Amino acid sequence: MIWSSVADQAHAVRTKAISAVELTRAYLERIAAKDGELGAYLAVDEAGAIAAATRVDECVARGEDPGPLAGVPVGLKDVFVTEGLATTAGSRILEGWIPPYDGTAVAQLRAAGAVVLGKLNCDEFAMGSSNENSAYKLCRNPWDLTRTPGGSSGGSAAAVAAGLCSFSLGTDTGGSIRQPAAMCGVVGIKPTYGRVSRWGVVAYASSLDQVGPLTRSVADAALVLEAICGHDPRDATSVVEPAPLLASAPTAGVDGLTIGIPVEYGGDIDPEIAAAVQRAAAILREAGANVVEISLPHTRYALPAYYVIAPAEASSNLARYDGIRYGIRRGEGGLAEVYRATRGAGFGAEVKRRIMLGTYALRAGYYDAYYKKAQQVRALIKRDFEQAYATCDAILSPTTPTPAFALGANATPYEMYLADVFTLACNLAGLPGASVPAARASSGLPIGVQILGRPLDEATVLRVAGAIERAAGVMDLHPPFAS
Amino acid sequence: MTELATALQNWEPVIGLEVHVQLATRSKAFAPSAILFGAPPNSLTDPVVLALPGTLPTFNKAALEMALRLGVATVSKIRAKSRFARKHYFYPDSPKGYQISQYDEPLCEEGVLDILLPEGGRKRVKLTRIHLEEDAGKSSHAGAFSLVDLNRAGAPLVEVVTAPELGSAEEAAEFMRALHRMVRYLGISEADMEKGQMRCDANVSLRRRGEDRLGTRAELKNINSFRFVQKAVEHEIARQARILDGGGTIVQETRLWDADRGASFSMRSKEEANDYRYLPDPDLPPLHVDGPLMMNVMRTMPELPMAKLDRFVRDYDLREPEARQLIEAPALADYFDAAIKAHGSDRAARTLAAWITTELGGALNRDGKSIEDSPVTPAHIAALVKLIDDGTISGKMAKTVFDEVYTTGTSPDAIVARDGLRQISDPVEIERIALEVMAASPKQVTAYRAGKDTLFGFFVGAVMKATGGKASPQVTSDVLRRLLS
Repeated sequence: MIWSSVADQAHAVRTKAISAVELTRAYLERIAAKDGELGAYLAVDEAGAIAAATRVDECVARGEDPGPLAGVPVGLKDVFVTEGLATTAGSRILEGWIPPYDGTAVAQLRAAGAVVLGKLNCDEFAMGSSNENSAYKLCRNPWDLTRTPGGSSGGSAAAVAAGLCSFSLGTDTGGSIRQPAAMCGVVGIKPTYGRVSRWGVVAYASSLDQVGPLTRSVADAALVLEAICGHDPRDATSVVEPAPLLASAPTAGVDGLTIGIPVEYGGDIDPEIAAAVQRAAAILREAGANVVEISLPHTRYALPAYYVIAPAEASSNLARYDGIRYGIRRGEGGLAEVYRATRGAGFGAEVKRRIMLGTYALRAGYYDAYYKKAQQVRALIKRDFEQAYATCDAILSPTTPTPAFALGANATPYEMYLADVFTLACNLAGLPGASVPAARASSGLPIGVQILGRPLDEATVLRVAGAIERAAGVMDLHPPFAS
Repeated sequence: MTELATALQNWEPVIGLEVHVQLATRSKAFAPSAILFGAPPNSLTDPVVLALPGTLPTFNKAALEMALRLGVATVSKIRAKSRFARKHYFYPDSPKGYQISQYDEPLCEEGVLDILLPEGGRKRVKLTRIHLEEDAGKSSHAGAFSLVDLNRAGAPLVEVVTAPELGSAEEAAEFMRALHRMVRYLGISEADMEKGQMRCDANVSLRRRGEDRLGTRAELKNINSFRFVQKAVEHEIARQARILDGGGTIVQETRLWDADRGASFSMRSKEEANDYRYLPDPDLPPLHVDGPLMMNVMRTMPELPMAKLDRFVRDYDLREPEARQLIEAPALADYFDAAIKAHGSDRAARTLAAWITTELGGALNRDGKSIEDSPVTPAHIAALVKLIDDGTISGKMAKTVFDEVYTTGTSPDAIVARDGLRQISDPVEIERIALEVMAASPKQVTAYRAGKDTLFGFFVGAVMKATGGKASPQVTSDVLRRLLS
């Protein structure tokens, strides 16, 4: 049942074809056998998972419905706050912190019957595109262990691709779900900003962060999204609209839809990826969609705008890690020394770099030149999309400029930042976006394409992703490592 | 001449205040914890207050309505859309590393608040802005350790910022009183300065009399009583004048007022000032003030202190000082209004006011009670004054009756009926007693008639004593004057 769909697993548990405990043990055994090499998990909660699975089985035994995700084992990116289970955000500074509460998305998964297996590796505070910024360990790509799984939700993508959980949750601030999903050959969706509550998600850049699922199929993604979307009064930026009904979207087809392909998204990309986008476009055309060229002229400013806004917000959000109330504390003597030593020892190089960038951008007298200017660019990017959506229903593009690159390959931070060049604009505009596996590179590495939708229109994104998934024929491929 | 008086001959003080007032919401501004003075340290916290990873603020709308009441009362321009901003600084009593405040888009701007001048009259003080923010926790330092109590962290505050146009320490103190009075009238804060519910920073600068340009200012922090406002500002005026008179220049700095020592100390210079790196808070959407909310606020506005003062003077013919006393606290003003209503005649207002401010005020003050705890009701006071009005009892008797009402809560009518209290105002009866008194004191009669006028009181007292205090003072006086002449 390891490779079965989320729906099939839940059905099997509900009909007692398999017990939740059996299913959970199967994944736990795989984790024990394989994750030493892969590095997807930062913490495995065997006892908690078995206890949760037992409760699901008891629920079934009583003739009650444990929910649509009954007994389905899930892995959580380690930025999700989990009651009683260490949450580090991939950072040393939170080492040893045991949260007293569950975040909303986690609580919703539990309420739907899902079984939390453990916490997944990620770049520190979700800052990175290769998972190499994890303070704890390297995470590898199951398709090629010398390569990155992508990031920052690298562990979330790798674990799903390797069959070390049925599905996972990640977060996406500039592409952190879609980029690793593309590199690991799984489906990843970042819903509309505000669709999923951020309550209980360690913040990176509040105006950009969004929770989403990484799954092995578009149908799985739809099912998980239904469980975690919806208004949450504890998140003031949460949209008021109720959770969308998405179950039928993946198979609804694209007949009559207009798909836009941005002319600006060509440029410096791997030819096999360009070909994959062309192939996806052909699939959609064949399925009855109208494919047109669109223009997103301000996209070229997305990267610089993002690297002002995200670090500015991060420098603010990370101010709370001061060694006073939780996490590690270093330094003797005065308060300033405790701050310096704790933050010096607790944060990694990339986090420090972004805190410095953000602090610089917010200095008195520089606000207008940096943060405010970046917000103006952001408004223009948003307007680009609004204009595009006047003529199309969804947008098709590459997810990444290249397939998974080798670990240690990106020498400079700027080169690493370019890995997100196609995904950033979506976050700046707050739109829903997905990456769906669309092809294989000659190297055997997966290639994903990105689908962006209108605000709150996850349904159309899933329709387009479903159509590509059905025709691309890469869905049932599993990395050799996983077998 | 005092140092301050000398300083004021040459220098004109220019003072602006930043006053923080804690709003009386039940829970915190952005977190669910309750607000309660005197709770055990750190008992009023939750994941949001502690700034645990993953927590988010949600705004307590009750605080908005309260701030709007102050905005309306001060005739401020109210933004239909204002915004919260993060003000960053590292300190253990600021768990998030920033304070949620408002920066370039505050809720209220360009308001006014009228203050009562000690010498009479009023002054209209311009308010630059009123904005919402959250309070920090409280740090205390014990030897090698510092202790942090986050009970107060996250409590909603309004910060009221005046234009630099208060001209003296007295005016600064009066502004504090006016704001204190106002927020209590509006029911948005208890503003108890001893509990830190109202705190003040003062910006003070001097300029040579006759000049227009503002001098360099110093900011005084940590002023937490009306008395200290005046003392701290006076102290600062004298300090700056001393420097300027000695040919020095004022350094722009923040100084901490130490009430125990009656002096201020430099905290940090302009160069050392924090860069707060203000950032619109991405966790909080803009704050919208819509028509229905404003309507509701307007509809429920109480009569404001200055309107009440005007009404007391205009409708009840009160003298200004007495009226000022009565409007000081809303409960006292309400008490006075209720007493007039119970009495039924506006003409009794002055008498009622006198009884309330003098007898009742004195007794409550003596016992450390507030008007809310008064054992004497407005109806009691009204009844007492009526008994005097209709001649049933004398003013002197009334004081005795008042004392019993105050002690026992028994109504004046009941006391009068029970004790058969009735002043003797029949001149024939009083003449009989007066003649007895005179017959018993022939020496005094002779002396009085010889010109010792001061003995008149002796005879009045003797008649009073003989009647158990029931003789009408007026009639007694008339009769005695006639008999003794």
